[in-house]
Amino acid sequence: MDTAEPTFFDTNPKAGVVGQPLNRVDGRDKVTGKAKYSAEFNQLPGLVHAVLKTSDVAKGRITGFDTTAAMKQPGVLAILTHQNLPKLAKTPNDAEGKKAIGAPMGFMPLTTDQIHYAGQPVAIVVADTLERAQYAAALLKVQVAAEKPIASYEDPQAKLFDPTKVQDGKAPAHTVRGNAQAAFAAAPVQLTHKYTHAINHHNPMEPGATTAHWEAADRLTIYDATQGVTRTQKAVSTMLGLSAEQVRVVTKYLGGGFGCKGSSWPHTILTVQAAKAVGRPVKLSLTRPQMFTGMGHREDQTQTLKMGATRDGKLTALIHEKTSTTSPWDNYAESNSKIINMLYECQNFEASYQLARANVMTSTFTRAPGEAPGSFALECSLDDLAYQLGIDPLEIRLRNYAEKDPSTGKAWSSKSLKECYARGAELFGWSKRNPKAGATRDGRLLVGWGMATASYPVHNSQGTARARLYADGHAVVQSGATDLGTGTYTVMTQVAADALFLPVDKVRFELGDTKLPTAPNSGGSVAAGTVSSSVYMAAQDVWQKLIKVAVLDKKSPLYRAKAADVEVKQGRLQLKANPQKGEDFAAIMKRAEMADIEGNGQGRYGSGYEDAQAAANADPAKKDQAADHSMHSFGAHFCEVKVDPDLGTVRVTRWVSVHGAGRILNAKTARSQIIGGSIFGIGAALMEGTVRDQNYSRYTNASLADYHIPVNADIPEMTVEFIDEKDPYINAMGVKGIGEISMVGVSAAVANAVFHATGKRVRSLPITPDKVLATKPVQA
Amino acid sequence: MNNFSYTQAGSAKEATGLLKDKPQAAYIAGGTTLLDLMKANLEEHPQLVDINTMPFKGIEQTKDGLRIGAMERMSDVGENKLVLEQYPAISESLLLAASPQLRNMASIGGNILQRTRCGYFRDPAFPCNKRVPGSGCPALEGDNHNLAVLGTSDSCIATAYPGDLSVALAALDAVLTLENQKGKQRQVPVTEFYLLPGKTPQKENVLEPGELIVAVTIPAAAHARRSTYFKVRERASYAYALASAAVGLDVQGGTIRAARVALGGVGTKPWRSPEAEKALVGQPATEATFRAAAAAALRGAQPRKENAFKVELAQNTLVQALMKVAG
Repeated sequence: MDTAEPTFFDTNPKAGVVGQPLNRVDGRDKVTGKAKYSAEFNQLPGLVHAVLKTSDVAKGRITGFDTTAAMKQPGVLAILTHQNLPKLAKTPNDAEGKKAIGAPMGFMPLTTDQIHYAGQPVAIVVADTLERAQYAAALLKVQVAAEKPIASYEDPQAKLFDPTKVQDGKAPAHTVRGNAQAAFAAAPVQLTHKYTHAINHHNPMEPGATTAHWEAADRLTIYDATQGVTRTQKAVSTMLGLSAEQVRVVTKYLGGGFGCKGSSWPHTILTVQAAKAVGRPVKLSLTRPQMFTGMGHREDQTQTLKMGATRDGKLTALIHEKTSTTSPWDNYAESNSKIINMLYECQNFEASYQLARANVMTSTFTRAPGEAPGSFALECSLDDLAYQLGIDPLEIRLRNYAEKDPSTGKAWSSKSLKECYARGAELFGWSKRNPKAGATRDGRLLVGWGMATASYPVHNSQGTARARLYADGHAVVQSGATDLGTGTYTVMTQVAADALFLPVDKVRFELGDTKLPTAPNSGGSVAAGTVSSSVYMAAQDVWQKLIKVAVLDKKSPLYRAKAADVEVKQGRLQLKANPQKGEDFAAIMKRAEMADIEGNGQGRYGSGYEDAQAAANADPAKKDQAADHSMHSFGAHFCEVKVDPDLGTVRVTRWVSVHGAGRILNAKTARSQIIGGSIFGIGAALMEGTVRDQNYSRYTNASLADYHIPVNADIPEMTVEFIDEKDPYINAMGVKGIGEISMVGVSAAVANAVFHATGKRVRSLPITPDKVLATKPVQA
Repeated sequence: MNNFSYTQAGSAKEATGLLKDKPQAAYIAGGTTLLDLMKANLEEHPQLVDINTMPFKGIEQTKDGLRIGAMERMSDVGENKLVLEQYPAISESLLLAASPQLRNMASIGGNILQRTRCGYFRDPAFPCNKRVPGSGCPALEGDNHNLAVLGTSDSCIATAYPGDLSVALAALDAVLTLENQKGKQRQVPVTEFYLLPGKTPQKENVLEPGELIVAVTIPAAAHARRSTYFKVRERASYAYALASAAVGLDVQGGTIRAARVALGGVGTKPWRSPEAEKALVGQPATEATFRAAAAAALRGAQPRKENAFKVELAQNTLVQALMKVAG
């Protein structure tokens, strides 16, 4: 952020509608069905339907197809396989192609006869109706020479290796700070614990879906369920050898994404190719089972955390090792160690990663990737340390409070964690906690209280927006951002309204189209901060342009004033030194016969982690300033559980989350987002897990009946509050973003509550009844 | 899903007649099970005969006990006053199952014919002896976390009936009225309706081709009035049972006069336990008695790697259910 640029703190010292609990501006369209999702553009001329045929086996070679029965079905237009699909200009099958495309996976199905994972697309069937395409796909026979697959890092055939880099080359696989090994060896208190995490799938309500329409031989429009239209545009245009300009991507509404729609997966380009092949618009939706093998997942993983501490509970060493499964091509592991490196004051830190290749698709960012499982290990071990030393779990966190970022030594741009702890403890009644585990009962149920810290970085990012102010007091503001369903339409309307000093009902915000100014992917909590700053800066550009009009207008009271001497207050342009001298924007525009005036803005973000990705995304001119501070959101979760000691069932009965995340743009949508993220965390803690058969390397519960996510009955009344936090460094709006932090620390808070209830430390997620029954209580 | 023809039957005779010599055709009532199976290509039926207009209705007390028409919906039976008061285990088993939307559609007859949630059965990419006889059973050495520990065979360890109602029906001596293509009716106790997998796990019950479930009758009894259905699952609602227990007790002066026990989620069929009942009758209604009965019920268990926890869980589930009705 350039300190010379204006900020919302300067121009709007008192926010108007920003921060207010405005109802969703798109709410009515959603509940009435008027909102169109990517699989609902059914009016396209000649639209036909595609269905993916996927591989039953996890490893092998396709020896042939029997298409006879399928092709005989009425309405079948094409069966496309690696044998007849035209070649792409570029594929992600090599490192250069993968990078150019921005592909999440270094492998494109239907470019080879090789089968590398169960559920890999092997054919695309196109027919005039969905039902006919589905049935033809069922009749299509794929002949395969199957081989024995490797299912995970736990497979006896799996070979572990040191990947050097993880998270697709974006994070180092080794981090050393101080001398953790020596410090651990010398520590008076040493803990070594192993944590495992089940495979998680994102499972948004709306599946992956693409509608592809070739409007001309070299001009394509895609309606795609994506978290970023620009990313899809780049991927598809690069693979086709077209200019980005020739590919338009539209995503007006998204039914959740949670990371799985953050990259362009194979089904999108396959739909585009199918549309080309049949010469008609083609629509494809992944089925729910295909959602388990179509758009990535959180990988199966084991973490070992060694924690060294003094007898008064101060951390002296943290050594983290992670072992996880990756695909045959990519070195993907979510970087769990980053949060372990920065959350508490500790001089000595070391982290390393090991991977094993298996016959699975590449995993991808999933709901607080890295931070969620990393904090599970850290926060459970810290809880253990607290019990072992007889220190209150909240107190031990205060004793290790990091006043600066331990991973970089930099000052925090802002940090309200102490306030989060204090307010959360007060709301929850933490002071009434019985320090003894397994000692509180409600009838025959054991009652436990647990807490954990949350944090998430402010990732480096930038975006653009356009604002058009009309003389009649309306405005249209645009940015090619995505609304995952969390409220982007609404909060950007609020920001634009305040920045342009208009009522919200006079402002229309448009997003989700590559024809609009480019915005970043909605992921990693960057959208709210970057897009709101872009919108704000676009509004400032409108005012600056209008000031120029005014000072050149002989009839204006501001004639011949210096632009720098003019300010805008409530839509009135006036002299800073003499506010009496000025006039309303509409008067200036009418006299100049301007129907409207347009401004453009660029919003930028600071850096939370000093990693390669942040540097790559940073505006080079601003990089040094961005690097001055470490930028993170912080929060605290407090949880009560009741555990049936005989059945092992755990139910969350009370929940309090308090976060300090910069400016909150809308009290209602923000609260909803924290609730939603916390429920994700409760799901990961207690029930979510995809099971991969270790012989077949194929999932056994790929449905929403068998992959459990929480239902209403699992969730109590949730208390959510935010600490009022002013961060002058991150961006023009002071917004940190709340999408990811809501889940960080949640599974640990639940596990810590289970420990307090039962004296049992379950270190394997999810904490299901079998594990609670099988775990022996820790001896006091 | 394959193409199929759809016919609405006007009467039982017409319905059974439509299925004559068509072993691949199927009846459709609520469709909550059948359509799922067809969409996943687990079952293929060239013809569906809609029996929703059949007069298999009514929830009434008869001289033989409570008679429920097979076309009654789960929600209507579960919320029926007579069922709630006189047969609480039946009501609870229905209302703890599925979701309100499903309960509003699903028929009693269809519920009894639910099929397993075993992941290997539900995915045609896997071998499965139940789906493709002789193809093998990956569950034996694979993901058997949710599968059975009682009544298993080397061919199949699926909880063939994954639901709740039939567990309560098995406990309370319910009898099914079946009607065949000749219009002839027969009575089959629920405990004899389901078959153990043995070497033929594809044969799950004694229904003859084209035969329809017409009604369920549950004898009135003191132990039915004092009955409950207790269900343990990983999430609080909308999940199949890891273990469940349907129990009924007749306790007089602290001594158990009559007992009915059936377990769900742990057997290859709704698991009536005469061993547990024997351990209860004549004994004081105490936790010690209940523990002994639970141990007896699981004595023959054959746990595997992932489902061994069910032996302890099922016993504790049964004890809690018995404690609940013992008051």
